[in-house]
Amino acid sequence: MIPSETRSKEPTMSTARGPVPDQEEAAPDLSAMGERRAGHGITVNGLNAYYGAQHAVKNVDIDFPANEVTAIIGPSGSGKSTVVRCINRMHEEIPGARAEGSIKLDELDVYDPGVDLTAVRRMIGMVFQKPNPFPTMSIFDNVAAGLRLTGTKSDNLRERVHRSLRAVGLWGEVKNRLNAPGIGLSGGQQQRLCIARTVAVEPEVILMDEPCSALDPIATLKVEELIDELKARYTIVIVTHNMQQAARVANSTVFMLDGEVVEHAPTNDIFTNPKDERTERYVTGKFG
Amino acid sequence: MSALSLPEVSPRRRRTDRIMRGVMLAATLLALVPLVLVIFYLLKEGLGSINGAFFTQDPSGSFFGNVGGVRSAILGSVEIVLLATVIAVPIGIGVALYLTEYGTDSRFATVVRYFVDVMTGVPSIVFGLFIYISLVLSHVGGNFTAWKGSVALALLMLPIIIRSAEVVLLLVPASLREAALALGAPRWRIIRKVVLPTAAPGLVTGSLLAVARGMGETAPLLFTAAGASGLTFSLSQQMNSLPLQIYNDVLSPRSAIVSQAWAAGLTLVAMVLILNLIARAISRRSRVA
Repeated sequence: MIPSETRSKEPTMSTARGPVPDQEEAAPDLSAMGERRAGHGITVNGLNAYYGAQHAVKNVDIDFPANEVTAIIGPSGSGKSTVVRCINRMHEEIPGARAEGSIKLDELDVYDPGVDLTAVRRMIGMVFQKPNPFPTMSIFDNVAAGLRLTGTKSDNLRERVHRSLRAVGLWGEVKNRLNAPGIGLSGGQQQRLCIARTVAVEPEVILMDEPCSALDPIATLKVEELIDELKARYTIVIVTHNMQQAARVANSTVFMLDGEVVEHAPTNDIFTNPKDERTERYVTGKFG
Repeated sequence: MSALSLPEVSPRRRRTDRIMRGVMLAATLLALVPLVLVIFYLLKEGLGSINGAFFTQDPSGSFFGNVGGVRSAILGSVEIVLLATVIAVPIGIGVALYLTEYGTDSRFATVVRYFVDVMTGVPSIVFGLFIYISLVLSHVGGNFTAWKGSVALALLMLPIIIRSAEVVLLLVPASLREAALALGAPRWRIIRKVVLPTAAPGLVTGSLLAVARGMGETAPLLFTAAGASGLTFSLSQQMNSLPLQIYNDVLSPRSAIVSQAWAAGLTLVAMVLILNLIARAISRRSRVA
């Protein structure tokens, strides 16, 4: 199992912070979540994924280093989302879909037949393309949902919800209406609410499947700043159609095409000095 | 450069348009005639018999003197339908949950769906007969009892509830289930905390419509709960109900009793109408669809 010394210390930390400060906190405040902590990397080996007879991901090997942001870019249908959905085993929720190969979170085999599926997903959080807060729940309940839905006993639920909201920079905007419905927020706020919901469960890894594609540029910028902050505590994988976004947030970038990894290199190299001709054509906008 | 001009609508097209509009209006009015007449006669014949005694006394059943009221029938209907609802709603929503959350496109689910459709079309008297043969003739807990009437009504309501619940559950966006799954929630908790609350208004609406349907049925009660005219709260005795009271009263040679049947009919329509209004009010607050 994953060591979690860092987690157990947190409750005492936040009580030491004293009463909630009153001033607006527009910027994400990750210190609310505790110090920087060593995350856990993901190793994908020989991954093949299918939708029925369709072979969507072919022999993919990728290393996602701990505490780094890795972006996956590529044209539509190149298997980016499928790779990400294999990591937290959401791929198999689609009827007829299956995956083969090995995915490891440090030494832990995600596809071990003995492993508890729900435990895997608690450790590997996911943010979706379209913000999907629960419509029956208030802002507070939405963030608490991850804890309540997984049956996590938490003595300091309020504390954890407030911390998560502060961590995504939403606290100042919603602190006076925590009981208002989550779907009353703007699109960008809803997406940050969904990130707060994911963060509240304290995962090791956060997967983001085109998290900004439904957002306007200002909301996008806020989420990108947030991603940059989040890597202090989490390993992040982000699928994006937006190459500038990959260039802005990612330490390294993977270029996928037709279900295969063409190139995985530091982001700077991918965009300025790609090794593969297909990568160069894609990042310069000549195809895709 | 010539000025732009649009062709005129030909007189023939204008004429056809007018005729077809007229035909459709006539069809609509024709369909409204029986509806309006039913309500008109219910009010005309029934309103006169509605007074304090109508709601506070039980039917006397005698040809002379006081005809009494329909208190036992109203309370009996409410009791029988209430028990039928308690039986049918949990089972119906359970089946619908199985169909949408677990069975989806499996062969078994397809078969279940088919049978539910067939059950929707079964005439209500068949449910009455089925309970008569299986529960009444076998003397399970007495001969004619109210709870057997409830079971017959529950059978009638079940397919309606399953169908409406399935439709509403399918309207719960898949993205919500995904969000909950990705958080690491087990499926049963997703159903309890996400799917059911999101679909709740629609589920209530569908159930209320089934209740309204069951409320007005006579046939399933004829040979199951079969009507004592006195007031009873025991579900293991014969029990009166509005449809049965109407059925018996209209056959009476005494005009005061016949007009009591009209009044009872009016009462039944009012109760069903109220249920429908409540159902509509709730569905308007729905978060899905």
